[in-house]
Amino acid sequence: MAEINIRNVRKSYGRTQILHGVDLDFKSGEFVVILGPSGCGKSTLLRMIAGLEEISAGEISIDGTVVNDLEPRDRGCSMVFQNYALYPHMNVAANIGYALKVAGVPRAERDRRITETARIVGLEEMLDRKPAQLSGGQRQRVAMGRAIIREPKVFLFDEPLSNLDAKLRVQMRVEIRRLHKRLSATSVFVTHDQVEAMTLADKLIVMNKGHVEQVGTPLEIYHRPRTRFVGTFIGSPAMNFFDSTIAPGGNFVLLDGIQMAIDPALGRDNAGSTVSVGIRPEHCRLVKAGTANSVPATVDFVEELGSGRNVHVDIDGTIFAVGGDEAPFFETGATVGLQLPSEHIHLFSRDTGLRLDDAPALKHNTNQSTVAA
Amino acid sequence: MIERTPILNAVTYFIMFLGLLLILGPFWMIFAASTQSLAQVNTVPFNFVPGADFLHNLQAAWQRANLGPALFNSLVTSLLVMSGKVIVAALSAFAIVYFRSPLRHVFFWMVFLTLMLPLEVRVIPTYNIAADVFAPVRWLIQTLTGIELSLQWNLLNSYSGLVLPLIATATGTFLYRQFYMTLPDELAEAAKMDGARPLRFFIDILLPLSRTNMLALATIMFVYAWNQYLWPKLMTTEADYQTAMVAMRTLVPNINSLPEWNISMAGALIIMLPPLIVVAVLQRWFVRGLVSTEK
Amino acid sequence: MNKRTVFKSWWLPIAFALPQLLLIFFFFYWPATSVLTWAFSLEPAFGGVGERLFVGWDNFREVFADTEYWRSVSLSLFFAFSATALSMFIAFVLAICVDRQLKGSGLFRFFYIWPYAIAAPAVGLAFRFIFAPESGLIAVVNTWSPDLWNPAKFGSHAMILVIVCFAWKWIGYNFIFMTAGLQSIPRSLIEASAMDGSGPVRRALDLQIPLLAPTLFFLLVLNLTESFVGPDTYGIVDLTTEGGPNKSTDVMVYRIVSEAFRGLNYSGAAAQSLVLIALIMLFTFIQFRYVERRVHYK
Repeated sequence: MAEINIRNVRKSYGRTQILHGVDLDFKSGEFVVILGPSGCGKSTLLRMIAGLEEISAGEISIDGTVVNDLEPRDRGCSMVFQNYALYPHMNVAANIGYALKVAGVPRAERDRRITETARIVGLEEMLDRKPAQLSGGQRQRVAMGRAIIREPKVFLFDEPLSNLDAKLRVQMRVEIRRLHKRLSATSVFVTHDQVEAMTLADKLIVMNKGHVEQVGTPLEIYHRPRTRFVGTFIGSPAMNFFDSTIAPGGNFVLLDGIQMAIDPALGRDNAGSTVSVGIRPEHCRLVKAGTANSVPATVDFVEELGSGRNVHVDIDGTIFAVGGDEAPFFETGATVGLQLPSEHIHLFSRDTGLRLDDAPALKHNTNQSTVAA
Repeated sequence: MIERTPILNAVTYFIMFLGLLLILGPFWMIFAASTQSLAQVNTVPFNFVPGADFLHNLQAAWQRANLGPALFNSLVTSLLVMSGKVIVAALSAFAIVYFRSPLRHVFFWMVFLTLMLPLEVRVIPTYNIAADVFAPVRWLIQTLTGIELSLQWNLLNSYSGLVLPLIATATGTFLYRQFYMTLPDELAEAAKMDGARPLRFFIDILLPLSRTNMLALATIMFVYAWNQYLWPKLMTTEADYQTAMVAMRTLVPNINSLPEWNISMAGALIIMLPPLIVVAVLQRWFVRGLVSTEK
Repeated sequence: MNKRTVFKSWWLPIAFALPQLLLIFFFFYWPATSVLTWAFSLEPAFGGVGERLFVGWDNFREVFADTEYWRSVSLSLFFAFSATALSMFIAFVLAICVDRQLKGSGLFRFFYIWPYAIAAPAVGLAFRFIFAPESGLIAVVNTWSPDLWNPAKFGSHAMILVIVCFAWKWIGYNFIFMTAGLQSIPRSLIEASAMDGSGPVRRALDLQIPLLAPTLFFLLVLNLTESFVGPDTYGIVDLTTEGGPNKSTDVMVYRIVSEAFRGLNYSGAAAQSLVLIALIMLFTFIQFRYVERRVHYK
């Protein structure tokens, strides 16, 4: 169990900067997920915590000790790699126990702990096998076992599930969460998969282009994306956006000439300015053409999902996705009406991409963690 | 893939048989000649049917070229070069690939440049240094401190002399470097997370993983060392240290009498057999090693 | 190309590299420095003691003024290009045939590699017999008409003999690399081409040869280098013709070594060595430039 504090951490390779000053605090025992597109610097940050990557500037401390210059073995972290990085020439037992062997743990003690760890990750029967004889899921378990056996203060996961097929991924996700509950070590999990992020995280960190975009619980991030990027990145299909100007009164925006009501508390301060209006597909409503407060739209195409469907509609060249289970079926080419419920409308600055009502949001959520600049 | 091309297949087989004739023909001639009597071997046209004098010819060649000690010397030299090369290459490639010392590039280029200094262009100075290995050391100490040392080490007519200069070559280092580069980065990272220091990583992870690599390099180096000619010829002035390849020279028949090709070929057969066995039996490793050194 | 993760230590890499460093210092760089100094200086007259006499490019001038030297250069060039062309052509035809993977081609492949195992002097001795004027395979032509073939007498015949030796030995090596190159062409490409309606010959011309071009180029440079300055050339010449008759197979490598052996003219031999080193560097440079590009084909 350990607290991790990251202070103004930067990383650059020559002149290219990968991380632009990251400040984060992870509480002891927390399950932290860092989410972002590839190349956003999330893995670099994780590898800096592990000690595999030099820290160009700033400070990382684990349990109050600055670890910048400590070697990985002295940091008390263990790591699960994306490709598992199992030692191909060692059997499962040797793979799991290698760290103990290096540390000079006596044989008997080592064997006891290997057996115990194998039981936790469900590999008792496989101890004599070589990695090449294991399935993807089993290799994943070996990697987990190798991380667990050292009883580390911190678990680091570098996209550990991305090499598994969809079904196994769901299963391993549950197991990782269960394991965390049992061991309750601080865990940092890097992924580009939003479903993994939402389901696993106590604390979710969204990163983009070397900056932290938002820190919060999964629900906070889903309901109140702090930036346009976060809005787009979380949720599937992605959030719909259109540009509009807030009416002088601050109580509506125009979509294709039709007034869409917005929360006046939001619009008041920004009346007259052009903003980026966002709404999630699952919050849009399709109604019969001509219904009041609806924008006429043409059904472009329909994606059947079984449990529901995504309807893509065209409003004057702008495509809106409308989703959710209740989206009624409409024939391609049919004219329908689109309604945007005001309570689900997000407004972002067109220049900075920042959420307009971000300041009031902070008032409501006093427990929200540090938000990086 | 289903493809019916009977004529083309026939042509292909025909060419492949021609090729087989071209490759195995000389081998057969060497063998046939080595079984024939002096009169038979000098019959024109050549009689491809083996004769009955095989053992006699082998014996004669064995005596003429002093093959007992020569083969022994070749074997010792080749095994030493082979193992020395495998060890030196594994170590130096590790230094090049797994550390980021500023001298790394200098070292790499120094090894690389040796490819451009084949023995033929530095015969005499290499001979000189083999005769007096510590000459540079003495020179260095004398220029630096003015002290004249009497340090001497003569490699001529010794196994060290036969072996050491051959170990210095670059091929093995490149083979190992190539191999290390193909290993995933995560392997070293996982070892680091598991607390392994570089030496430990080298012994526990790299060496066991490079077993096939070692075998490949070993086969190449064995053939390479066995087939060395110029260097052993140059530096073994005493018969005691002569290798089989150098002894080959004594098998060239005397042209003033009826040439004893049967004995020559018997000797050649014996001398070329060990590397041939290695290439034939360990072909998979040999080919793999050869192809990957040149990448 | 670099590893992402490396270990930190200043002395370990030095310790690991030390064996090789020492070896190449003593057996490569120290001798090479001697070659360099010798090429630009002269031994003091009458075996006198003292510093070597720096003479600038004099040794080179002397070498270049020698018509024998230029004869040797042109012989080397002729030898190198002929041997390379012959060896690569045969290996290429065989590789293409074997790559069709007809029944039993594995067996052919197994034997085609054999020549590489045979040392150059052994090849030389064997072919000296096979091509001997009085016995062996070719001698029969001399029964039709005396001296139709005699490498001991005619320079051109001797040259043919050494070319054949070198080409034969290197068939094995070239074949190995060509089959490896052909195998690395993705199967799906061949299949795609077959779906497009091409037959085996068409595919060889349109697909395999262009895609093999990098390998062929690599082998071309390597064969030229090896035949020009390689140890095999020395071994073959020494066991077949010894540079004769009449110095008609006195190629550069053989000439340098035999001159150095006779111990007559160290400075001249050193100057010739430097010229050869420069040539190798040129070849290697071409190779290296090309190897960089080769990455794109992979």
